[in-house]
Amino acid sequence: MAKMTPASLEEHRVAMKAKHPTTLQASPTTRIVVGMGTCGIAAGARAAWEELRKSVAEFGLEDEVQMKQTGCMGLCQVEPTVEIAVPGMPTVIYGRVTAEVAKRLVRKHIVEKTLIDGHIQDRPAGDIVATNRGDE
Amino acid sequence: MDGDRKIAEGPAVRGARDGVVAEKQYLLVCGGEGCQSGKSEELFLALHQQAEAQGLKNEVQIIRTGCFGFCEKGPVVKVLPSDAFYCGVGVEDAAELIAERVGARRDVGRLVYRKEARLAATTRVPEGGSYNKQFRIVLRNCGVIDPENIDEYIAREGYAALAKVLFEMRPEEVVEELKTSGLRGRGGAGFPTGVKWELTRVAPGDVKYVICNADEGDPGAYMDRATIEGDPHSVVEAMAICGYTVGATKGYVYIRAEYPLAIERLKIAIGQAEEYGLLGKDILGSGVDFELEIRLGAGAFVCGEETALMRSLEGNRGMPVPKPPYPATSGLWKKPTVINNVETFANVPMVILKGGRWFASIGTEKSTGTKVFALTGKINNSGLVEVPMGTTLREIIFDIGGGIRGGKKFKGVQTGGPSGGIITENDLDAPISYESLSALGSMMGSGGMIVMDEDDCVVDVSKFYMEFCVDESCGKCAPCRIGTNQMHSILERITKGEGEEGDLAKLEKIGQAMTKASLCMLGGSAANPTISTIRHFREEYEEHIRDHRCRSGSCKALVTYSISAEKCIGCGLCARHCPASCIAGERKGPHVIDLGRCIKCGACFTSCKFGAVVKA
Repeated sequence: MAKMTPASLEEHRVAMKAKHPTTLQASPTTRIVVGMGTCGIAAGARAAWEELRKSVAEFGLEDEVQMKQTGCMGLCQVEPTVEIAVPGMPTVIYGRVTAEVAKRLVRKHIVEKTLIDGHIQDRPAGDIVATNRGDE
Repeated sequence: MDGDRKIAEGPAVRGARDGVVAEKQYLLVCGGEGCQSGKSEELFLALHQQAEAQGLKNEVQIIRTGCFGFCEKGPVVKVLPSDAFYCGVGVEDAAELIAERVGARRDVGRLVYRKEARLAATTRVPEGGSYNKQFRIVLRNCGVIDPENIDEYIAREGYAALAKVLFEMRPEEVVEELKTSGLRGRGGAGFPTGVKWELTRVAPGDVKYVICNADEGDPGAYMDRATIEGDPHSVVEAMAICGYTVGATKGYVYIRAEYPLAIERLKIAIGQAEEYGLLGKDILGSGVDFELEIRLGAGAFVCGEETALMRSLEGNRGMPVPKPPYPATSGLWKKPTVINNVETFANVPMVILKGGRWFASIGTEKSTGTKVFALTGKINNSGLVEVPMGTTLREIIFDIGGGIRGGKKFKGVQTGGPSGGIITENDLDAPISYESLSALGSMMGSGGMIVMDEDDCVVDVSKFYMEFCVDESCGKCAPCRIGTNQMHSILERITKGEGEEGDLAKLEKIGQAMTKASLCMLGGSAANPTISTIRHFREEYEEHIRDHRCRSGSCKALVTYSISAEKCIGCGLCARHCPASCIAGERKGPHVIDLGRCIKCGACFTSCKFGAVVKA
């Protein structure tokens, strides 16, 4: 990457917004986001990640499902936490995602498109970045 | 927006009445412990029955969730995708809820949660906020972006504030914006950030420094770790903004070596920013230079004190020096230095982008913006929470935290770690601000919030914090070095049942001396937990001293275990669990504890199924 200028930074931003959608509601692609702070990892986020990756592969969805890590979602009590976004479905956060739950997430939520009972957590807050810049 | 969103794929369903394609509705019924007792399970079943009976089964999915907080207003139901939030929903509301929300796609107005008028009066949150009590500025990207990918940070307006500052704002304007925002230091002391930057900017000298204090050491605090692990670029960007503003070309992040993942992610972030030309020489072609280095702390608590931190950075032993001179004029290597906490820096890009007036519109008049707290202890939903200043402790502990674990009684909450104090039930409705917490004998601190229930002994807790201070005192000044030791030995005697009349007066006197005479805030605030617990729970201290009794049973020396001969059936379970092998008795005959050898671990008490072991 060449050193940026203000113009190329803005250009890059537009491209990256398209590539990395983070709007909390409607998602154009299926995404699995695993909370990988120290807290999440200590609670077993790596095992959940492995199981999610394996299950996605078993259903042959590697090309359609984007997997990524993120930091702490703030829900320490219910780590490991996983956010799932599927087009046409509400984006939700699941807590206490053990390897067994991870497997169910892929089969029920991503393939069969139905939410799983007992694991959904409330999103702690809205998103301030999505709103416009400047004094509104 | 909900109405015109296109459905790409997924479980869109045909509306039963008009035949148009409508989004499937999801009813999330809170399945937390509090709500379970509030009949949420019956509601869950009733909603299912109603959906079936009204022929709307295929248009809705009804599921149970984890705890949503708001337990006192339960059962709660959240509707997706509309985000409508219902409180106090009864079984009798099920039919209407299904018919209106799922059938007619309308909200049931009387059940929709409304913020209390009191909340609106004490704290200011921008309009459009939903039922959420949290508001995330510092944690805006935590749990959202991949912290190891600068592109995701850029996609969320990352480095836009830096570009704006470099090309559109003079340093004085940046300072003005910060002053307008009212942002104050989040390390705990609350010094206005704009003033700090200005003092450093105008201080004479060619070489200046910017330091980020990431030496988070309070027991139970992990706000800064989570911020760096989740969004390292926000700190990198803010430090570059600070460098431009004060005229520094070099910055250091002083972070504890115990945070390996945070260090790793920060390294990656700095590397990526350099590669993009957002850090280093001639940033974005502006001619401004700023480079950033990481320095690891060896885990001494005192190095979180700014002057000790700078001595440690210089390669000397981490010990505080008297102030003034303040770092703004004579800091690192005696050069003018800005030193801010991680959380303070993480706020800066948003202040620049959204404006100081926007930031000042959140929180209270003197404490603007938000504060991140690490909510831990005997609480149902421990977690990292960010709330607008002015939110009450009650809202944090009961609405967000879901109340006390196991239905126990709330006793107090410790804020500010070993420098803070305990806040009790009576003061839970005080709105959080720097001033209000100080007035209550505690302090904002960096944001640790440890909740205690009736099983916690305040003397024991004070002893714990004092022990921490004894370990962490650097030993340079006598009030702290000797005072912490003396207070600790008195507290230890009290917990062993060897307390004497006059001990409390002694504790208070030593505490006052330390507060007045210590060189830095470690000693200056070390007495706070003890003094504040004496203030609120004097009778418990007196019970320990006079009656040799610990009502919570935490002080082992004051507890004795015995077995009731009447209730004991002689099963021998306690004897098998006893690690000291000091319980004996005939099979099917009453057992006896040899008190001379008993280590008071309580294993017999918890193992007995017949309530025959008595704790007194």
